Amino acid sequence: MTQTNTPMVDNGVNIEAIRGARQALTDAPAAAQFQWRAQCEWVRGTHSRTTVSDFFGLGQNHAHRQPYIVEADHPEIFASEDNGATPPEIVLAALASCLTAGVATVASNRGVQLRSVTATIEAGMDLQGILGIDGDVRNGFDAIKVTYDIDADASRSDLEAIVAQSQKRSAVFDIVTNPTTVTVGLA
Amino acid sequence: MRIPVIVIGAGPAGLAMSHQLMENGLDHVVLERGEVANSWRIERWDSLRLLTPNWMSGLPGHRYRGDDPDGFMTASEAATFLDEYQRTFAAPVMTHVAVERVERTGQGFEVTTDAGLWQCDAVVAATGASSEPRIPVLAAEMPKRIEQLTALRYRNPSALAREGSVLVVGASASGIQIADELRRAGRDVTIAIGEHVRLPRSYRGRDIYWWLDRIGQLDERYDEVDDIERARRHASVQLVGSEDHRTLDLNALSESGVQLVARLVKVIGTTAQFSGALANLAANADLKQTRLLDRIDAFVAATAFDGEVFSPLRPPPTRLATVPTELDLSAFSTVIWATGYRPSYSWLDPSARDHRGRVAHDGGVADFAGLYLLGLPFMRRRGSNLIGGVGADVADMCTHLRGYLDVRARSRGGYSVTR
Repeated sequence: MTQTNTPMVDNGVNIEAIRGARQALTDAPAAAQFQWRAQCEWVRGTHSRTTVSDFFGLGQNHAHRQPYIVEADHPEIFASEDNGATPPEIVLAALASCLTAGVATVASNRGVQLRSVTATIEAGMDLQGILGIDGDVRNGFDAIKVTYDIDADASRSDLEAIVAQSQKRSAVFDIVTNPTTVTVGLA
Repeated sequence: MRIPVIVIGAGPAGLAMSHQLMENGLDHVVLERGEVANSWRIERWDSLRLLTPNWMSGLPGHRYRGDDPDGFMTASEAATFLDEYQRTFAAPVMTHVAVERVERTGQGFEVTTDAGLWQCDAVVAATGASSEPRIPVLAAEMPKRIEQLTALRYRNPSALAREGSVLVVGASASGIQIADELRRAGRDVTIAIGEHVRLPRSYRGRDIYWWLDRIGQLDERYDEVDDIERARRHASVQLVGSEDHRTLDLNALSESGVQLVARLVKVIGTTAQFSGALANLAANADLKQTRLLDRIDAFVAATAFDGEVFSPLRPPPTRLATVPTELDLSAFSTVIWATGYRPSYSWLDPSARDHRGRVAHDGGVADFAGLYLLGLPFMRRRGSNLIGGVGADVADMCTHLRGYLDVRARSRGGYSVTR
């Protein structure tokens, strides 16, 4: 339930700007068309380095304040050098951080002051899938479980509602729960 | 023929408007493509009953007078009820007249029907909210072998292909009722569930609609809610009107052996893929139900109602076992699309409609002078699409319409529309 008389809270979220953007993009749907980009460079072995530096939106290209680098590798038990998180772990990080950004935004919109928010995320995977041992086992996670520990000025049911709403508005939650057409080819 | 007002559709909304116009001495005709209450006769499945109890089925000047005020009318009983209503005030209904076109002219509107041409000053579209099924585009991807039908065409379990599992897509009132009926008929049933709204049939010893009425929820006005577009898009409540007043929710369905899956998102060959988000949607529906029941409890506490109602017994949260995200459609013979309905204004002047065929309106007063809509979800009030909710809407609408006709009459120099 959106409250019309939102108490003043500071979670570091600029709610007025978000509401303004929502209105602006409602009136100009073309500006809402974004494109996200990343460039991944093979380093050695299973180690790769992905750089994100720019994206398209509001009708033009934008640069991040600085390029951001994500190191990915496999752990030593797979005879790799463990120079970074595994790609599935990066997906979990993306999901948890997307939901957590949502929790902060929804809480601010509802006038709830947050003191601490911790998401614990667990996901099972049967390696018989990616190793091609059993064709009936999928490569990906069998399920993902996110558990929130939140300290805030709100009842448990209000916090449940905030967590529920953050899923409803999350890009990565949608990305991992719904199929997406993916094409991979040579340049 | 020229007449001040033409009402299109002789369902509850059209007849209630006719009654209101008559009370106001406004000359009009109700054009109906079939019989009175046509869609109640031909576009409902055999076992369907109203979701609201009989005592709520009040229309201006007409109330339920049977001996089962807490029961739920079948579709044919509802049709009979509307027949009686029409006779009580001799509503000027012309049956079997199909409207083909409504166009704006210099003098008002020209209404082309299969039985001649009419001119009028105002048109009231009371054709309902459920003229057409909404079917997702991925219906085209279903294996050709699979029989597909919509909730508007579904009649009873015996009309389906005899062998094979059935996938019911959509878990609002239509979807859960059809899935339940098919399961009771011994079919293997899977139901695909998107965003849904759940409520118990009764709470603290009273029907849920008794409470919604009592706490004023059905009277909430369209201009008082935060986001009316979102409120209007809400799925219908998971409820069934039955003789035993039972609650029909996802728990009841899974206990009876119906398999629950999330929203159908893709069909590739014979594989159907479902979203992995059902736990979130179910949690959301549980939270919203809790919030409404809290509101009822607060009402009881505030009005010292305690002695007259049972103690609060909350419905259990939605239980989800392992929910598959993929199904092999090879075992399925039938898909039933219970994915919602929409009004159809295909006969209406294109300049009154947007690119998606919708008519922009403010509480039923179209942004197209002289055109009025009725019977849409949350049109003016939360109860706008209920039989018992249309009376308040037609009173508002008639007041506006009368003002519109008076302004036109004055500008024309004295032509009076009032008898």
